Amino acid sequence: MASQEVLREEPSRGSFINDPKVRGIFFQAVVVILLVAGVWWIVHNVIENLQRLHIASGFSFLKNRAGFDIPVRPIAYTSDSTYGDAIIVGLINTIIVALAGIVTATIIGFVVGIGRLSRNWLIRKICTVYVEVFRNIPPLLVIFFWYSGVLAVLPAPRDSFNLPFGSFLNQRGFYFPRAIWGEGSWLIFVALLVGIAMAWFVARTARQRQMATGQQFPVLWTSLALIVGLPLLAYALAGFPLSFDFPKQSTFNLTGGFQIGPEFLSLYLALSFYTAAFIAEIVRAGILGVSKGQTEAAGALGLRPGSILRLVVVPQAMRIVIPPLTSQYLNLTKNSSLAIAIGYPDLTAIAGTVLNQTGQAVEGVLIMMVVYLIISLVTSAVMNVVNARMALVER
Amino acid sequence: MQEHDTSWVRTEMALAQQPPAGVRGPLAWVRKNLVGSVGDVILTVLAIALVVMIVPPIINWAFINAQWVGPDRTVCATAGQGGIQPDGWSGACWAFVNAKFGQLMLGRYPIEERWRPILVAILFVALLVPLLIPRVPRKGLNAILLFLVLPIIAFVLLVGGMFGLPHVETQLWGGLLVTLSLSFVGIAVSLPMGIVLALGRRSKMPIVKTLCVIFIEFVRGIPLITVLFFASVMLPLFLPAGVSFDKYLRALIGVSLFAAAYMAEVIRGGLQAIPKGQYEGADSLGLGYWQKMTLIVLPQALKLVIPGIVNTFIGMFKDTSLVIIISMFDLLGVVKQNFADANWATPQTARSGLIFAAFVFWLFCFGMSRYSMYTERRLDTGHKR
Repeated sequence: MASQEVLREEPSRGSFINDPKVRGIFFQAVVVILLVAGVWWIVHNVIENLQRLHIASGFSFLKNRAGFDIPVRPIAYTSDSTYGDAIIVGLINTIIVALAGIVTATIIGFVVGIGRLSRNWLIRKICTVYVEVFRNIPPLLVIFFWYSGVLAVLPAPRDSFNLPFGSFLNQRGFYFPRAIWGEGSWLIFVALLVGIAMAWFVARTARQRQMATGQQFPVLWTSLALIVGLPLLAYALAGFPLSFDFPKQSTFNLTGGFQIGPEFLSLYLALSFYTAAFIAEIVRAGILGVSKGQTEAAGALGLRPGSILRLVVVPQAMRIVIPPLTSQYLNLTKNSSLAIAIGYPDLTAIAGTVLNQTGQAVEGVLIMMVVYLIISLVTSAVMNVVNARMALVER
Repeated sequence: MQEHDTSWVRTEMALAQQPPAGVRGPLAWVRKNLVGSVGDVILTVLAIALVVMIVPPIINWAFINAQWVGPDRTVCATAGQGGIQPDGWSGACWAFVNAKFGQLMLGRYPIEERWRPILVAILFVALLVPLLIPRVPRKGLNAILLFLVLPIIAFVLLVGGMFGLPHVETQLWGGLLVTLSLSFVGIAVSLPMGIVLALGRRSKMPIVKTLCVIFIEFVRGIPLITVLFFASVMLPLFLPAGVSFDKYLRALIGVSLFAAAYMAEVIRGGLQAIPKGQYEGADSLGLGYWQKMTLIVLPQALKLVIPGIVNTFIGMFKDTSLVIIISMFDLLGVVKQNFADANWATPQTARSGLIFAAFVFWLFCFGMSRYSMYTERRLDTGHKR
């Protein structure tokens, strides 16, 4: 021991200029000084500019009367509402279109992604063409295409296309019957909730029983019967309280029913179709990422092709799929800000209007950025939870 | 012994027999790929129905019924709409694209000065093509010419105001010129910036690392439109009174910052994939930080993430279309602007213009992705696991 200590001499460090630690501290000090100086200069300029333009900074303008109308409003809003209300309407519109887009894009994406791996040559080629077309054109162009190229040249309300279930399609959008919930219809919702809860319970018990005894139970059909049957039963018991307000054609317009404007339709369709192409590629990569040995081993255990897919391939593929899928969901949400180009009143469009009316550029842009950041963080958090549940439990 | 030996050794291999008739030829191919099972047959029938439903009308619309030349909207409108086509006619109005072609390419760039962007485009192609073909020598010189000399020449030629060339406001630029110049400069700026940010994020200096993480995560969390808003309404406030800069430049800053954040994440992936031994090997050779990075780590890391880098480029190329929102007119912007032209207002105009723009965008993006696949194969040195 002692001899080793004698050997361990302090190495010569040379000049302290060559010490990486000293250099690091010096370099960081320079960065901090530059950053502080830059921020100070910017803040100074901003204050000076705002004074020159006579704009009061701060968020008090949110309580002022907005004075503009919003055509699509999921909550009560008039032009007498405040700027703050307007921004909330925009936020809700963003969330609606993003959620609808995410659901549709996921469905199309999974279908096309699996189709690209089909043994059927024709299906494979069709799916490839779909992916290669939509991946390589800007989403804004797809939005314009639906808006100006397809929906704007539909017939006027007088000559609307009649679609099944009493719905109509024309230049002003898509009209469908609106459900009117009569008295006692709360029973239906309660029945639906009870059905879902019971289905969940049945699934759990069935799995426990299968683990214990190996006996299987037809979970799928029982759950379907519970989830669909119970509300139907409640509907009958409550005396058929549901009626529909059908859109009716008059000379120049359609009255009644529920209308979805062309702005929403084109944004929703474009975002779904565009993002689906990326999701398809992710799904394909995920399925290809499950090694062939897994399928073969499952086959050797005697599982049927359907069970192999459901029990062996898909759970492993999901593990590969979920992280990039999350970023596609985030992309879709961020791309929904393209709504401003066709006049769908989403968060960006309304914040832009507010910004133009009030001149509160800094606050307006800050609101937009912070809200999108929060949406991104929440989506990532939710998907991280899903991912954690799906992830391989390592030894 | 010898004469009694009846053993026989084949001196040449027997010729391989053809596979049985059932597994070769077009019929077997059809059996395997189209009608393998009952489900397959149903799928094939559905797919054929889909193709028959979609493809002939498209061909009809885009080629057979299309109008290629014409002076104004009459060639693309039916009699009921005040045109010359029979009622019920539906076809592409390529005449519109044809008539507006100059605008779609160069925007409102003055007609007598249009030789300047065209010359830049020729120079660009002349320098780009040899750089893309691996066999052509002098890559270093070529790259310097393309990425250092050409931008200067292009700036002088496009902006003018010196050497006797009249000044052309960037307000007048438009069409493909804006799309391509924005994305070229954006690519040239965002790649080095992304490398610096990625190195910063993996740096051991806590302040530098934190700043890089904040920048990257912040920019990746917000849509490009808000960045463009930021660049167009907030940047002017950041500067001293009286100093203002061009809208084009502002868009350029916005797009480059945005792409740099995504680029940084792609490159970080590459840096992480390089085994630790490479870093340590470089250290043990006595290389400094920058020598280690530029000579050992980055060449390997960048090669690994070529697909990601090209994907970011493609994304950025597509994203340049968003500048329409801060009222600049790229290819898509010019197309959209021309919908308002009463001379050409027909139901077919919007569709035709948009499909033309989509085709141009598609051509560039598809080309880029295919070239990246080719490069990936070429540079593959067999280290793939």
